[in-house]
Amino acid sequence: MAYSDKVLDHYENPRNVGSLDKNDPHVGTGMVGAPACGDVMKLQIKVNDSGIIEDAKFKTYGCGSAIASSSLVTEWLKGKSLDEAAQIKNSAIAEELALPPVKIHCSVLAEDAIKAAVADLKSKQSDKEVA
Amino acid sequence: MTVKTPIYLDYSATTPVDPRVAEKMIPYITEFFGNPASRSHSFGWTAEKAVENAREEVAKLVNADPREIVWTSGATESNNLAIKGAAHFYSGKGKHIITVMTEHKAVIDPVRELEREGFEATFLQPEPNGLVDIEKFKAAIRPDTVLASVMFVNNEIGVIQDIEAIGNICREHGIIFHVDAAQATGKVAIDLEKLPVDLMSFSAHKTYGPKGIGALYVRRKPRVRLEAQMHGGGHERGLRSGTLATHQIVGMGEAFRIAREEMELENARIRRLRDRLLAGLQEIDEVYVNGDLKQRVPHNLNISFNFVEGESLIMAVKDIAVSSGSACTSASLEPSYVLRALGRSDELAHSSIRFSIGRFTTEEDVDYTVALMKSKIGKLRELSPLWEMHQEGIDLSKVEWAAH
Repeated sequence: MAYSDKVLDHYENPRNVGSLDKNDPHVGTGMVGAPACGDVMKLQIKVNDSGIIEDAKFKTYGCGSAIASSSLVTEWLKGKSLDEAAQIKNSAIAEELALPPVKIHCSVLAEDAIKAAVADLKSKQSDKEVA
Repeated sequence: MTVKTPIYLDYSATTPVDPRVAEKMIPYITEFFGNPASRSHSFGWTAEKAVENAREEVAKLVNADPREIVWTSGATESNNLAIKGAAHFYSGKGKHIITVMTEHKAVIDPVRELEREGFEATFLQPEPNGLVDIEKFKAAIRPDTVLASVMFVNNEIGVIQDIEAIGNICREHGIIFHVDAAQATGKVAIDLEKLPVDLMSFSAHKTYGPKGIGALYVRRKPRVRLEAQMHGGGHERGLRSGTLATHQIVGMGEAFRIAREEMELENARIRRLRDRLLAGLQEIDEVYVNGDLKQRVPHNLNISFNFVEGESLIMAVKDIAVSSGSACTSASLEPSYVLRALGRSDELAHSSIRFSIGRFTTEEDVDYTVALMKSKIGKLRELSPLWEMHQEGIDLSKVEWAAH
């Protein structure tokens, strides 16, 4: 299967690999996918007090396109507000990485991971407000 | 010494033609080009003599009579001729066939075709180590069973089936027994005077001969009969028409001669390389050997690397030419049906690699491969959330995944 140069670059040199403390109230964690389907993505974002994402980390079990999609979104997320982050569309990811049709699901998974991480963070913050 | 990449570790897919074989073939393309069926001049006689010498060499490797060897285009054709030919000829006696789920597609698909024609087939599931349980084989026999087909050496996991035991059961029940030996020649000793086998398929290109040539052994005593699948000039005693490819046949004969003479030494060397490869790879955590390690040819090592996804694994090891347990089709990843039949999970089947070692593999190749696998598996696991969870002691089978 032929990969685009951008996919290969992210696969060879993935950005922001790692984990943040999932118990930190400023950290949101999204885990999507299933091993049996061949992809699992874990995406974490950390916001500062003004609600801007200052760090993002990922770990992905999946093909080169899945690794590249998650690596790319960690770059895009930094400096964005949560609302801006939630606006990131899979089509933009697929376009940037020139994913072939059979790999579009990798970009969908990356979008889902962002949404899950944002939702996790928002629910943590609303819990805090209630308390 | 530096190694040249990519390193070829896919000898079970095909082997290079041994230079000694190539040298022997060349004059039969240009100089001795006669048709071995031409009886009226020396061009034909020379070609015929070369064909008969080669037939003798093929027969000698497996201790058969040269008259029991029929030339074909390869093991796929041999399997088709044996399975369809015998099933059709003996269909009056019964229409049930026994084979195994882990057979090559060139056995499974002819059997499926016979099913479409009205035959019934039992596909035995092997044990988790890849071997056929003899008792289960016995239990599958029916009064109308006419044919059984069990491969000698499995192409994906290298396990050696107990052909003698299965053959003896077939004899007791009057069942024609076919064995696909494409992966066995030059790797295990085959003695067809002793082995109770009626039909056996061979390929040249798995044993350092050229592609496009193979043979089928058809027992004479007791005589086994077949319906031809290819009709025409009546070559090969009517069993397989078509002008003989003299140069290919000469190549197969020479390749099988070399195999007979060098097999013992070569296998000892390959076993040392396999042991070195296995020891190196077992230094990596969470690796699983697929298939029985004892009843197995030393040429094959099939290993699953847990918590690493198959396609990214293939991308990571492009410096070595190996086969993967996930057949990468255009739309999706299909885990190997052989590994699935052993009961391996989809994840482990996907993350498997078949390393196959051969005549031209060196110790340096093996050491390079071990170092490469260690570094790449390490890198991919660093990226893997599953590996992280495993390290944290989470049982992944108990996690509720958000399926997509």
